[in-house]
Amino acid sequence: MSRLIVASIGPASSVQDGGRPGSQRYGLTPSGAMDRLALAAANCLVGNELFAAGIEIGPFGASFTARDGAVRVAISGAPRNADVAGRPVALESSVTLKDGETLTLGFARGGAFSYLAIEGAIKGEAVFGSLAVNARAGLGSPYPRPLQAGDEFSVDAASGAPERRIELPKAVSGPIRVVLGPQDDEFDDVNKALFLNSDWKISATSDRMGYRLEGPAIKHLHGHNIVSDGTVNGSIQVPGNGAPIVLMMDRGTSGGYPKIATVITSDLGRFAQTSAGTSFRFKAISMAEAQDEARKFAKLLQGLPDRVRSSDTVELNIEALQDANVAGHAVNAVDAATWHGHAEP
Amino acid sequence: MAETFSPPRLLPSGDSAITVEYSRSIDDDANQSVLALDRALTDAAIDGVTESVPTYRSLLVHYDPGMIGYEALGEKLLELASQPAPPTAKTRRWRVPVAYGGEHGIDLEDVAKALNTTPDDIVARHVAGDYRVAMIGFTPGWSYLSGLHKSLQMSRRQNPRLLTPAGTIAIGGIQTGIQCLAGPSGWHLLGRTAVRTYQLHRNPIFLTEPGDRVTFFAVDHKTFAEQDRAAEAGEIIAEQVVS
Repeated sequence: MSRLIVASIGPASSVQDGGRPGSQRYGLTPSGAMDRLALAAANCLVGNELFAAGIEIGPFGASFTARDGAVRVAISGAPRNADVAGRPVALESSVTLKDGETLTLGFARGGAFSYLAIEGAIKGEAVFGSLAVNARAGLGSPYPRPLQAGDEFSVDAASGAPERRIELPKAVSGPIRVVLGPQDDEFDDVNKALFLNSDWKISATSDRMGYRLEGPAIKHLHGHNIVSDGTVNGSIQVPGNGAPIVLMMDRGTSGGYPKIATVITSDLGRFAQTSAGTSFRFKAISMAEAQDEARKFAKLLQGLPDRVRSSDTVELNIEALQDANVAGHAVNAVDAATWHGHAEP
Repeated sequence: MAETFSPPRLLPSGDSAITVEYSRSIDDDANQSVLALDRALTDAAIDGVTESVPTYRSLLVHYDPGMIGYEALGEKLLELASQPAPPTAKTRRWRVPVAYGGEHGIDLEDVAKALNTTPDDIVARHVAGDYRVAMIGFTPGWSYLSGLHKSLQMSRRQNPRLLTPAGTIAIGGIQTGIQCLAGPSGWHLLGRTAVRTYQLHRNPIFLTEPGDRVTFFAVDHKTFAEQDRAAEAGEIIAEQVVS
């Protein structure tokens, strides 16, 4: 066994995996990674199960040191500088830390969360099948709380497998798509339009429980107290002050404010990666369209292992690009469709 | 605006959950219907349904849209809702000890004053109740109980407290409840129980189920302290009666 030591880490960083659904009827929120696609991509790079436990790293920097042997890891998610012992390393790639080497991650440049997957995954004592941290419920393993400097993980010694990178589809941009409801009838047409046609910003006070939005005040038709009912990841509730809160992975399982709309599953990770202060809009789509997107997203996740490539291909592509440029063709060297002959799904 | 719906209304909660709404208000009949639909749904074992969350007035049904669509699941839910409620399995009853008043129930005297009676009388009224777990929500194990006597119903505190102790037994509005974990509350604190409705490393981790019946009985503060130590060591403390 090797060890991976947390040399430094900012707040809002914790062990997360696919979460622990199935106990919401007992008030236990599922938790799990804020950006499931990014966690799954990192895991694929080191040969783990898609939703194996990794380290969710908040917007601040972090560093990790290998001890008692080499450790193979992969990083994905928010763009940020990364280096191992001073050598820059690429995101969406695996890298092996030799014994004593330190991986240093800078602040997120846009986005919010990065994921560090460790070959062989994080080991711990699962509760309801998950190691995910839910500090309020005292859950999470090996540490039932956010990570801090000095924490360490017992991990598999690096396998020596060749390094990999992953070709992710182009980032989707545009408005965050929602399905109206379940309590959109608690708002009149003027306020629904205000919700859908305004620019919103994410407040700096947001966390894994909920993202608070800054923008116009949304007024209720019948007051802001409803009898509590169930919530889902992405529920957009409107409390008395009219400032919507998007409920995230550590939400309460029930809530007593009207919920005007719900962020669709396929946009939730992208929404979670919206950094504080960035302007965005919502767009309402039909249930049929949302479910179609959810199915496509599930397919994308399941297909991630097929997108893993040898890291060498990047260098090959650069040579090929130079050749192509000499020949006068503009070619994108890192577009999977160009170099691997198959279209995006 | 109608307060109750028969048949229930289907409300979309995103692309992977449906809310089946029986009422807009806290309504005992609606809660019975919710719990009945929850049992029927469990028995029906519909492919794609992943979990359900009963509340006072609605059942939230989580599902995988890769396995079943909104329309198809909605139809099945309405069909289940239209059928006679499946017979209730044996109802579990819990007798829950409570240390009322003093440091464990800091609002007991104020509640008595507000209702023009004595703390002892408030305790007598609270232990006389036969309650049902209407829902569990907000935080792990927080059991919301219906059946609070009308004479104990009073509006919540003007200023919610940011931190109330684990095991708090409180009243708020027309509800009473067992709050398992320390946390914020706007309810009036009558006492504390050593019973953990949620405890890791104990089998079962969750004690109460929606639909269980609950009665309270008073214990002195010394007994509470002893029970609290035993509960910490994994004892269930609550007395179970199967009827």
